Amino acid sequence: MKALSFIAGRALQGLIVMIGVSLIVFFALFLTGDPAAVMMPPEASRAEIEAFRHAMGYDDPILVQYLRFAGGVLSGDFGRSLRFQRPAVDLLFERLPATALLAITALLWSSLLGFVLGTVAAVRQNGAVDFVIRVISLLGQAIPVFWLALLLIIVFSLNLRWLPSGGIGTAQQLILPSLALGAYYFSAITRLVRASLIEVLGENYIRTARAKGISNFRIVVHHALRNALIPVLTVQGMYFASLLGGALITEIIFAWPGIGRLAVDSIQTKDFPVVQAVVLFAAFTFVVTNFLVDVAYVFLNPRIRL
Amino acid sequence: MSEPIIRVENLEVSFFGQGTSQRVVHGVSFDIAPRETLALVGESGSGKSVTALAMMRLLPRETARITGRVSLAGRDLLAMSEAAMRGVRGNEIAMIFQEPMSSLNPALTVGDQISEVLVQHRAMSFREARAETLRLLDKARIAAAARRFREYPHQLSGGMRQRVMIAIALACRPKLLIADEPTTALDVTIQAQILALIEALREEEDLAVLFITHDMGVVAEIADRTAVMANGRVVEAGETAALFRAPREPYTRALLAAVPRLGSMRGTRLPARFPLVDPRTGKTDGTGEPVASPPAAETPLLRVRDLSARFDMASGFFGRVTGRVHAAENVSFDLFAGETLALVGESGCGKSTTGRAIMRLTEAASGKVELEGRDVLALKRAELRFLRERVQMIFQDPFASLDPRMRIGAAIAEPMLVHGLASREDARKKVAELLPRVGLDPAMAARYPHEFSGGQRQRICIARALALAPKLIVADEAVSALDVSIKAQVINLMLDLQQDFGLAFLFISHDMAVVERIAHRVAVMYLGEIVEIGPRAAIFENPQHPCTRRLLAAVPIPDPARKGLRRVIDETEVKNPIRPVDHVPPLRQWRTVSPGHEVQVFGKEWHDRPGAA
Repeated sequence: MKALSFIAGRALQGLIVMIGVSLIVFFALFLTGDPAAVMMPPEASRAEIEAFRHAMGYDDPILVQYLRFAGGVLSGDFGRSLRFQRPAVDLLFERLPATALLAITALLWSSLLGFVLGTVAAVRQNGAVDFVIRVISLLGQAIPVFWLALLLIIVFSLNLRWLPSGGIGTAQQLILPSLALGAYYFSAITRLVRASLIEVLGENYIRTARAKGISNFRIVVHHALRNALIPVLTVQGMYFASLLGGALITEIIFAWPGIGRLAVDSIQTKDFPVVQAVVLFAAFTFVVTNFLVDVAYVFLNPRIRL
Repeated sequence: MSEPIIRVENLEVSFFGQGTSQRVVHGVSFDIAPRETLALVGESGSGKSVTALAMMRLLPRETARITGRVSLAGRDLLAMSEAAMRGVRGNEIAMIFQEPMSSLNPALTVGDQISEVLVQHRAMSFREARAETLRLLDKARIAAAARRFREYPHQLSGGMRQRVMIAIALACRPKLLIADEPTTALDVTIQAQILALIEALREEEDLAVLFITHDMGVVAEIADRTAVMANGRVVEAGETAALFRAPREPYTRALLAAVPRLGSMRGTRLPARFPLVDPRTGKTDGTGEPVASPPAAETPLLRVRDLSARFDMASGFFGRVTGRVHAAENVSFDLFAGETLALVGESGCGKSTTGRAIMRLTEAASGKVELEGRDVLALKRAELRFLRERVQMIFQDPFASLDPRMRIGAAIAEPMLVHGLASREDARKKVAELLPRVGLDPAMAARYPHEFSGGQRQRICIARALALAPKLIVADEAVSALDVSIKAQVINLMLDLQQDFGLAFLFISHDMAVVERIAHRVAVMYLGEIVEIGPRAAIFENPQHPCTRRLLAAVPIPDPARKGLRRVIDETEVKNPIRPVDHVPPLRQWRTVSPGHEVQVFGKEWHDRPGAA
């Protein structure tokens, strides 16, 4: 019962966040001044701007405009792209598979490796292996992604000629962008797993397990990791959500046709409906992922369950 | 004597790191016969827990070096491979710990944690282990075993968790149980239950027990033989009865002298100092003379009437209040200048909340608190100075209640400066006066808290409380965390200060033996209400309410002669004071036993319980 009401509470919170985001996205359109004047080409005449304003409904009362916008969003209509003259949501969904592929690949390798190396480092705390892993993970977080991406291209594409430097379609083309994108998350997860596990290994119940004669392997896997996982999971959910919203720099450097590039292009061409669609979608994935993490919490942490 | 189960010879433990090494256990030797209980007793830092952990080889290998010999059935545990040692732990030697709250894995079920040992050491399948686990839960006197099997530690009370730990320990029928302060974190009534359980299981299971404790009362209750440890050495060992009757070493004499003994104040009316023994010379200081009686006064310094404090319990997304913790309920008492009123009860009974509500650290829901005739609860924020200048507080944990980055002189001066009662120069002078009053050197004012021991820090906290020359000090478990000898010294200090400054104390404590020493009057609390109040002698010698009797009956007496007298143990757990939102507290009737001694009229629910007899 307690678990159900916990989950219902989180779902309600997510709904409120989405309403808030939709308000911000909607009103951001007016922050730059008169949207009609901003969207039309500079050489447009006054009459043309007025006609556009009327066609877009920007002369209606603001509340009416918001309700129209929100109603559209709910029925999957984010307006039409000004640049492509197509529904913005179609553009978004065209780009989504590319972004999802990149995000999932990056998160998968970084999580797996991060878990293993973080666990090894924690178990061998202050040893040589731990030192090496700590240096690697520190570098991974300190190096900016654009620099790493360029370095990867120079080494693997230009010098060694092993892998393509951009584009999408083959497995080889996926390797470099997912490496560049995942490096930061790999480091973050390694460090987090290590810190979290070291803390848990110092708990009294680990001493109890040792006093029971349980093997070290089982202590780490059965007793410690389960408890150490809880904070890691939260962070991972947020990483995944932010990745799904589009990896701007990586997508641009590797000419990856994902949502991140769509967002940047649309901002540059003042294609507001597309920008709104991208932002709303990013917020939505964030809310949904966090909600799923909360649900996973209930299963990992019996103190919430009851 | 038969062949011992375990023999420890010349055990030495050193910790090293950063190029230094420190020996903490020096050549400790003892042995334990089958079905015997040996108590290892000592104050904090004496090396008793390290000795136990070294026997189990549970100290971190990177930083601890262990030498000597620990023989179990002809094998030297210290020479074994780690894998062979794993076969000993939890199998031939089992261990339970002080913190039942944190010693169980929060993410695994109780059943899982018990059956794991059986799977590990007895190669049982999980199905077989389940049946055996249910039997073990029964053995540890845990009711509704099948339901408990699926529960998680957070769903159990502290006493229940310790029973689960005991079930884990017993799983493989070990020869030796090492119990490291297993009852220290528990309420005294629950402590009595756990001690009785260990005692019963020792006979049923043919166990030998190594019982580590700082509590002489527990030692007298449970141990056949006792080894006293200090500074990493065994200073004296022997039959418990002989050791209590005729301690040879000055240290043992000092330790025993400092132990508050329930009943030692029988026939007296006033508080009395502890007659302390110097642990080096063995000389007695003072005779434990009673203090002078407080000056008679017409009007009380503090008058509390129908004080209630509640905490809302919210649940669901909108934080709807679904229940309230009735932490304090219609609490009424008077406190006169120069007098000590003790508020006693089990954890969760509302004694601390009452103290905090009087201090306005917790806002009261209703009631009246008058200090020198002025209503404290009606004071506005700006007027709180009236209260702070007259009432000060000392807390349980002297480590947490001093800012580690503030010199202690500054910490003591701070209240004076905050209230604008002294210039910096005057405050400095006042600090120099206060430090000798609490037994510290004025030159210590420039030091930081980490340079002091726990007892010294509590003295600093007392000096800080005295800085504003208060009329009343609320001491919330102020001596509970201190070692027994230090505790006695701090209590003597509090009694001296009361005499010199005419201080009133509201002494909040769960420790009945200490309360017997220090209090003029006692109020017993249960589930947020005072159930009995009166002069100390009346409460201790003629307790009326079943709750008071139960508290007194559960206190371990440091007298091995009473060991055979099995007390009736009340097996009930303390209920919780959570009530529905629309709960209306019942009107209570009171009965006067003797002048000043009043007891709440209690209902039938108390009569059919074992503690009520």
